[in-house]
Amino acid sequence: MDIIVCVKHVPETAEAELKIDISGKTIDKAGLVFDINEWDDYALEEAVRIKEKLGGTVTAITIGPQESESTLRKCLARGADKAIRLTDPKFEGSDAYATAKILYSVIKTLHYDLILLGAQAGDTGNAATGPILAEMLNIPHAAMVKKIELGSGTAKVNRELEGGFEEQLEIRLPALFAVSTGINEPRYVSIMGIRKAMQKEIKVLSLADTGLAETDVGIAGSWLNIERLYVPPVEKQAEFLKGTPDEIATKLVEIIKSKGLI
Amino acid sequence: MAKIFVLAEHRQGQIRDITFELLTKARELAEKTNAELCAVILGKNVQEHAKALAEYAKIVMAVEDPKLENFNSEAYKRILSKLIAENKPSLVILGHTSYGVELAPRLAAALNTPLATDCIDLTFEGDTLAVTRQMYGGKVNAKAVLRKADTYMVTVRQATFTPKKPEPPANGQITTIPSPLTEEIVEKRFLQYVLPPPGGVDITTAEKLVGIGRGIKDQANMPLMEDLAKTLGAVLACSRPIVDKGWLPNDRQVGSSGKTVKPKLYLALGISGAFQHVLGMKSSDLIIAVNKDPKAPIFSFADYGVVEDLFKIVPSLKNKINETKAQKT
Ligand SMILES: Cc1cc2nc3c(=O)[nH]c(=O)nc-3n(C[C@H](O)[C@H](O)[C@H](O)COP(=O)(O)OP(=O)(O)OC[C@H]3O[C@@H](n4cnc5c(N)ncnc54)[C@H](O)[C@@H]3O)c2cc1C
Repeated sequence: MDIIVCVKHVPETAEAELKIDISGKTIDKAGLVFDINEWDDYALEEAVRIKEKLGGTVTAITIGPQESESTLRKCLARGADKAIRLTDPKFEGSDAYATAKILYSVIKTLHYDLILLGAQAGDTGNAATGPILAEMLNIPHAAMVKKIELGSGTAKVNRELEGGFEEQLEIRLPALFAVSTGINEPRYVSIMGIRKAMQKEIKVLSLADTGLAETDVGIAGSWLNIERLYVPPVEKQAEFLKGTPDEIATKLVEIIKSKGLI
Repeated sequence: MAKIFVLAEHRQGQIRDITFELLTKARELAEKTNAELCAVILGKNVQEHAKALAEYAKIVMAVEDPKLENFNSEAYKRILSKLIAENKPSLVILGHTSYGVELAPRLAAALNTPLATDCIDLTFEGDTLAVTRQMYGGKVNAKAVLRKADTYMVTVRQATFTPKKPEPPANGQITTIPSPLTEEIVEKRFLQYVLPPPGGVDITTAEKLVGIGRGIKDQANMPLMEDLAKTLGAVLACSRPIVDKGWLPNDRQVGSSGKTVKPKLYLALGISGAFQHVLGMKSSDLIIAVNKDPKAPIFSFADYGVVEDLFKIVPSLKNKINETKAQKT
């Protein structure tokens, strides 16, 4: 099995205070911690597990600046064999469609049986790149995949539906699967693994290497153009309880008690 | 007259709520842009569904085919590509659901139709479509415009618009269209639905829930959370990362891909309040959230908020509950 995993280097924002930068079109990235996109982490783990079971290769691909190499190093340390970084200032502002075009330009030249990526990226939340890429490659796909069982020439996959249940599909290979979190348990990377990964080569390609035109990528090549970001208006504001933890606990108990719940 | 297409979603003989949410929003857009609202349904034996759709839309296009008994994005793509090419709607609306995220991007790419996903609002500005969507787990909203085109496509977030039947009902005209599918789709086949294994606890009937999220940090902290729940006489529920890590079983997950709950008390500890979670718990009677991030989206759904490290609150809270219970007896 030759597997390609598409990964994205994204800022962790769940616990960070976000500031919109002066352009109003993006967030201020200073001080944010970047790591592999949560969903892609599961895709990578799944790829490595399949390789361990069936043999073959895993190639990790990302689009991003120099800093995103740390995410590729993580992939290599986890068991990816090769890594490719696509980078060009012209890629800036690419939406899911332009992103898929960039990935397609490289992937179409490679051999693969399977392409895995996360169901969505935690920053943009588009959940669209995978299926668009599958259409460009003209291979079948499944999104929100929770389980993959490989047969000969086909795969049985479970897709997540709403309300906790799933549907099972049979899909012909080569195929693309956009995976959900929880499909596996991503492993920790050993120090040895990281050291070894430092020596592996990362292939770097720019716009010129992709054969795409400037107008195919970035804002010019996108379907969607962000005009402005803003802090969501508050619909309902919680009444905030203040004081020492003990004082707060006392107030909470009073509230709960007043509803007859203690 | 220009058309606006809404794709009806159904599963196992039931039309899904999202369909009427989309039709309600689409009607508003159709009125503003002087377009005809058109509900599109693909399936096997969908005439009853078509009648329900006709109460909302001027035109109902029903494609009947036994091969369409279960959703298959490849089959849908082929049929919708044809319908869209023939009718050239100004806008195609789908739900940002499991079906929508599987189908819409691929369909948009096949037709080269600009797409915006997971929209929480949309409006025509002249002949350009502008949308609102969220980024960074709901911490930031983005206003974006789609590249100018004759047809736009969007997926819309669930439970964003409240369904409302037009008065009087639209009394739409139902057209049954022969299926253009000539053969089975061989590269992608539906096999079966897979139900989760029956669980031990039913969080949907619990009166009090302690919901825990990634903020509890470590599995070693689980006993502390269980303890608090027990003291309060509550059941432990959770956000998705807790299930993904295997710290609690599947049936404890609250949210769009988990359970919808409506307890008398929902105490959210270390949960950011991502939309998918909120969808499952926002109708709880009393919501109390503890989160150290004052900007956490959960605070705009909670009745009471505590901005503090949960590990400072939980032990005190447990003590105070015990004291109160002791006074009572
Ligand atoms: C298709 C799809 C379906 C999904 N379905 C669901 C679903 O059904 N249910 C669900 O929950 N999610 C679902 N999700 C995931 C969802 O988008 C979020 O990723 C998830 O809800 C985040 O969980 P969380 O709030 O526990 O974690 P995070 O977003 O990581 O938030 C952790 C919070 O804890 C706070 N915190 C950290 N430490 C402390 C401390 N010591 N004291 C107090 N607060 C602290 C942080 O400030 C932060 O706000 C789904 C996602 C997708 C794409």
